[in-house]
Amino acid sequence: MKVPFKGAIDCDLHPAMPSAVALLPYLDEYWRDQLVDRHIDRYPFTLTSYPPNAPLSARPDWRQASGQPAGDLEAIRRQALEPFGTSLAICNVLHGAVALFNEDMAMALCQAVNDWVAKELLDREPRLRASILVPLHNPQLAVAEIERLADDKRFVQVLLFAMNEMLLGRRIYWPIYAAAEKHGLAIGIHAGSTYRHAPMASGWPAHRVEDYVAQSAAFESQLLSFLAEGVFQKFTALRLVLIESGFTWLPNLLWRTSKGWRGMRAETPWIDRPPAEIVREHVRVTLQPVDAPEGDAKTLMQTLEHIGSDRMLLFSTDYPHWQFEGEDVLPDGLPPELVKRILTDNALETYPRLRQGAQIGDNRHTQKEAVR
Amino acid sequence: MNIPVRHTAAATRLSIVDCDIHPAFRKPSDLYPFMEARWREHMTTFGEHLRQGLSGQLQWPRMMAAGMRVDAFPEEGPPGSDLELMRRQHLDANGVEYGMLMQLSKGGMEERNLEFAAALSHAINEWQLETFVKPEPRLRAGIVVPQEDAAFAVKEIEHRATDKSFAQIIISPRSSDPLGHRRYWPIFEAAERCNLPIGLHVQGFSGGHASTSSGWPTYYMEEHYAATTGMQNTVTSLVFEGVFERFPKLKIVLIEGGFAWAPSLSWRMDKHWERMRAETPHVKRPPSEYIREHVWFTTQPIEEPENPQHLAEVIEWLGWDRLMFSTDYPHWDFDHPQHVFKFAMTETQKAQVFRDNARALYNLP
Repeated sequence: MKVPFKGAIDCDLHPAMPSAVALLPYLDEYWRDQLVDRHIDRYPFTLTSYPPNAPLSARPDWRQASGQPAGDLEAIRRQALEPFGTSLAICNVLHGAVALFNEDMAMALCQAVNDWVAKELLDREPRLRASILVPLHNPQLAVAEIERLADDKRFVQVLLFAMNEMLLGRRIYWPIYAAAEKHGLAIGIHAGSTYRHAPMASGWPAHRVEDYVAQSAAFESQLLSFLAEGVFQKFTALRLVLIESGFTWLPNLLWRTSKGWRGMRAETPWIDRPPAEIVREHVRVTLQPVDAPEGDAKTLMQTLEHIGSDRMLLFSTDYPHWQFEGEDVLPDGLPPELVKRILTDNALETYPRLRQGAQIGDNRHTQKEAVR
Repeated sequence: MNIPVRHTAAATRLSIVDCDIHPAFRKPSDLYPFMEARWREHMTTFGEHLRQGLSGQLQWPRMMAAGMRVDAFPEEGPPGSDLELMRRQHLDANGVEYGMLMQLSKGGMEERNLEFAAALSHAINEWQLETFVKPEPRLRAGIVVPQEDAAFAVKEIEHRATDKSFAQIIISPRSSDPLGHRRYWPIFEAAERCNLPIGLHVQGFSGGHASTSSGWPTYYMEEHYAATTGMQNTVTSLVFEGVFERFPKLKIVLIEGGFAWAPSLSWRMDKHWERMRAETPHVKRPPSEYIREHVWFTTQPIEEPENPQHLAEVIEWLGWDRLMFSTDYPHWDFDHPQHVFKFAMTETQKAQVFRDNARALYNLP
């Protein structure tokens, strides 16, 4: 179904990444020379996870005659903001800097991308917010980048990817979570891989679609890591957002981790209550893709009941990725109260920075529309 | 939590098929009678060559008694090594009509030296026969073969195929390539030809890849869970490589890998197959259809939702004819047949899950 009222907060929108040439003005002299002399500026930082021409990477009607999908603000406004009555949208620029091995170059490029996002997107379109791209290779550098941008409240989240060199709950990464918590930033994990390890526990699958399907298992592994390492006991105010992860796999995870904890809790004594409770409190998940049988509202509602929380889902279009048709971004059959939570309330509770200076839709109007 | 009244009397009367029982050696030299001198010496001198740092210990030490039920230790040897105790404690006590043996170690599945793997595979299959199946007709062996040497595996399968003591083929889901890859197809072809299901039991030893796509987990709690994500990977590979199109009679049993993930994985695969189907034109139908037709699941360790009825809904999605009871005896997280389901089942559903699905799949008399 369509979005029933104005004011939605889109928690996953993908402006096209800037070309390497476009980033040159945002780099210092040393890195400008490096990119130009080594011809790095002549090639795109495309992530293997999102082949530009694959159906997944852009909906056919959102591809443009010239230029990249979501490649300019006018297209973003016309295709992603206006049709869904979006009041705020969080930009996740999927840039391949994170997959480099050279952590210095990765840092320089992450900084450049973030500055480009602020100037080219956030300064020009007040409805946009963004995630901070960081080099995960070196948590000290990642923290430095978070601190550098922390005063700009339009950055609402730190962006990580689902498949990395190490599981994200590991304590070596905790300085990143400390910085995020301190500044009221959520930690967002987006689908995608730096391919430091095979996407499957049994190696490298042949097809792109297998890599993509395997993303949900990667999110499961990351959640287990956050739980087992005790991240949420250490950072009690931290919010973790799983982006483009799917959500219908959550019930199995809640049941299995809570049961597993009962049998294995002696190993991780800091986990002081059932993991299902911890997940429902700290973890949020974006709506798209809705991995449920098409047009089967009953099954979807059963799944949502199994998840057992109306606080976890955050509205997303995943624009320009191809996850739904037309303007039917919401699955059929959701009750109005839940629609309202998904479209606005849950995001406002997850991202404290969204309340700062945000133009949220009129609430009375919103509720009237919702019960209609 | 409110637990509905269960019909325990009926469950007691029902004879059951246990699809996951773990036998064990009293000592490794129990295998020697079934190995040539050359490999006996190799085993003593060099031992198994694994893809992990620790050999004497488990990489993720278990939570109790090396992962065993503390009451399952016989006077001599490890749990599972004493047939008399297994009979008394489990087969007789729980009304087990048939028990499917799941021999996990020393079958060559994780061995890097493929010649040694072949010797181990042959020996372990002989050992299962002599030690368990011949003396105890309720038990059925699995033909354990090293999936990384498909040529040998096919020979061993064909050698055992007419012996009704063997009910299935056992290979590792932690293969060196995702299991749908063509290098494993001769094994699938042999399985189909011999009308034997392939049992994939979760494995503690890797085929060379980390158990998650972000490397190795820290805690056993995570590694234990990773068995289920690995199973999802394996099913994904089998479907998208077109294995079920190519081998339409192939039957896959996922053992100890969970099942509550399967419906949502099916939905996810259907959705993204539809979008990306130009990449895999050999996959002619929605992935969920192949899974529904070709894949069976065992119950242990059973998922335990806060509301037990939710699990019944998941089984509706999965199909009552595809779920088979298992205990994992004598391991620590054993599921007891009388306590495993915390929601009311119909008599038909009970018969399917506890007995009839396995009887039909494994052609049990």
